[in-house]
Amino acid sequence: MHRSFIARHPSVLVFLALLALFTLAVTVLSEGFGVGVISTSFVKTLGKTLCLCLVAVAMDLIWGYAGILSLGHFAFFGLGGYMIGMWLMFERTRHIVEGALADAALPPTPEEIEAAIGNQVFGVVGSSDLPLIWSFADSLAIQLALVVLVPGLLALVFGWLAFRARVTGVYLSILTQAMTLGLALYLFQNASGLRGNNGLSGLQNLPGVTAPQSEVSLWFFWASALALALGYLLSAWLVSGKFGSVIRGIRDNEARVRFLGYSVEHYKLAIFTLTACIAGIAGALYYPQAGIINPAEIAPIASIYLAVWVAIGGRGRLYGAVIGTAFVSLLSSWFTGGQAPDLTVAGYRVAWVDWWLVLLGLSFVAVTLYAPRGIAGGLERLAGRRKDTAS
Amino acid sequence: MSTLLEVSGVTVSFDGFRAINNLSFQIGEAELRAVIGPNGAGKTTFMDIVTGKTRPDSGHVLYGERSASLIGMSEAKIAQAGIGRKFQKPTVFEDQTVQANLLMALRKPRGPLAVLLYRPSPADLARVAELADEIGLGDQLERPSGELSHGQKQWLEIGMLLAQDPRLLLVDEPAAGMTPAEREKTTAILVEAARTRAVVVVEHDMEFVRRLNCKVTVLHEGAVLAEGSLDHVTRNQDVIDVYLGR
Ligand SMILES: Nc1ncnc2c1ncn2[C@@H]1O[C@H](COP(=O)(O)OP(=O)(O)OP(=O)(O)O)[C@@H](O)[C@H]1O
Ligand SMILES: [Mg+2]
Repeated sequence: MHRSFIARHPSVLVFLALLALFTLAVTVLSEGFGVGVISTSFVKTLGKTLCLCLVAVAMDLIWGYAGILSLGHFAFFGLGGYMIGMWLMFERTRHIVEGALADAALPPTPEEIEAAIGNQVFGVVGSSDLPLIWSFADSLAIQLALVVLVPGLLALVFGWLAFRARVTGVYLSILTQAMTLGLALYLFQNASGLRGNNGLSGLQNLPGVTAPQSEVSLWFFWASALALALGYLLSAWLVSGKFGSVIRGIRDNEARVRFLGYSVEHYKLAIFTLTACIAGIAGALYYPQAGIINPAEIAPIASIYLAVWVAIGGRGRLYGAVIGTAFVSLLSSWFTGGQAPDLTVAGYRVAWVDWWLVLLGLSFVAVTLYAPRGIAGGLERLAGRRKDTAS
Repeated sequence: MSTLLEVSGVTVSFDGFRAINNLSFQIGEAELRAVIGPNGAGKTTFMDIVTGKTRPDSGHVLYGERSASLIGMSEAKIAQAGIGRKFQKPTVFEDQTVQANLLMALRKPRGPLAVLLYRPSPADLARVAELADEIGLGDQLERPSGELSHGQKQWLEIGMLLAQDPRLLLVDEPAAGMTPAEREKTTAILVEAARTRAVVVVEHDMEFVRRLNCKVTVLHEGAVLAEGSLDHVTRNQDVIDVYLGR
């Protein structure tokens, strides 16, 4: 990632500059540090969108470049969210509990504090003990490490089993769907130790921080923008050299790459695990902005949406993944948020909350059939045509 | 001349059909060999076995001076051991440039980490340029290989094989779909390559085989029917009956 790399890939620089400009504009227009044109909740929406763009870049790496249609990457995204959520919830509860017990005649013992936290956090699932997996929930450093390690390890084990058995194509997609479904079902159980279908909540409150949400939202927005910038840079660097050549080769003709002497399985495993780690980081930034995470977030459909965003944006192009995700997810929250005016077609009222999915599905089919290179492909054709007419 | 590859008593069945039937075959170091035979004789399957794509039901495949068994080794390991293969249908990476194709094939460490950190050295680029010249693509380095003509793709694939610098080269129907001039050039490339390594060429075109001017093995129904000079095998009555006479 040297100057020479940026010089050879000016589009990366353009992307980073646009992202910086966007971040600055949102900050200046925000309630927290700016003139207050953009509401705090919209800042959060934009910040979440940046996180979705980051996981979409990961999806583009694994699908658009390496040709592995994983329909399970939202599992890794969710796991990242859970890992940071544990710390947020634990520490905030500890602050509350300590505040409440401070007035008692005797200072509370660490055991009493722990018991009170357990009661607070797990009361909803009829328990009061902190499960074993919460052992490190008081350590931000460890939970941050787990944001990367837990998705990474799951991807490593899953990928090792699947790729070694040479599961490819649609079978692999189905297997990844099964993985995310299995994980979601497991987390739905109260005994999973992550509060079952209640999930983790109150994540927007940073423990020990008194700054208003209007400011906290911007911190997360900046962090999301930075993560997207770094993730984009890393991905662009990864696909620019021979590694990119090899994974695109695997996408186009796996057998040929093998006969060139490359262990295809190792490459698949490497890119699968790496993208899972990126997804974990994106999730860890997303859920504090959403405020809540529950197992429904990693339902199989979530990972399918991810593939749809990347397809619409144009796979095999990193900025395509970003454009597609930003465009579709923002449009989606507009349509499903009730802001879109309902249409009346031939006496029938089209409520967008219901019909948006139909529209999305049709656009996906249309893109697949008529514009397989998505929005990015269309933009490139436009740019190419302009160049043609100019010269 | 010492033996580089020894296939002995190999049998492969697909759903009960014996594609390779007790095949034995040897090739020496730096030998050029043509393999001919009717459609379905098992020529491609033979290459599949040597390169690890198909696992034989029985028999031995031994390679190198230490006579290591290739059976059970992964395709990648076999390729790393120095066996290169060109497919019947030209397979180059069409959305990548000629240079990227050749760089990918160039003999260098193949692990993900080594590849991630790899940056082509001036020597590597020079070698790629030299190879491109050899296969007549010297001025096409920056071109996406998908834009090349059919014959140029075949050459690029041969160039990729040479870039791998293998000890044994298996070439499946290299001249298919080529013009006479292209065929002649292909012959020259293969003969040149065989000066320093073993080359096995599968081909249907007798003129092409004649120009290779080497020992010929005739396969039929998964076994060797005849072996020797081209004139010798073409006079063989069995060969005339099953192959040439038709
Ligand atoms: N994977 C497979 N499954 C089933 N049958 C196969 C398989 N591979 C090859 N065969 C059969 O084995 C026989 C030998 O095929 P092979 O491709 O080796 O012939 P070939 O000598 O290369 O013929 P051609 O000159 O047409 O390329 C054929 O009858 C083919 O149908
Ligand atoms: Mg064949």
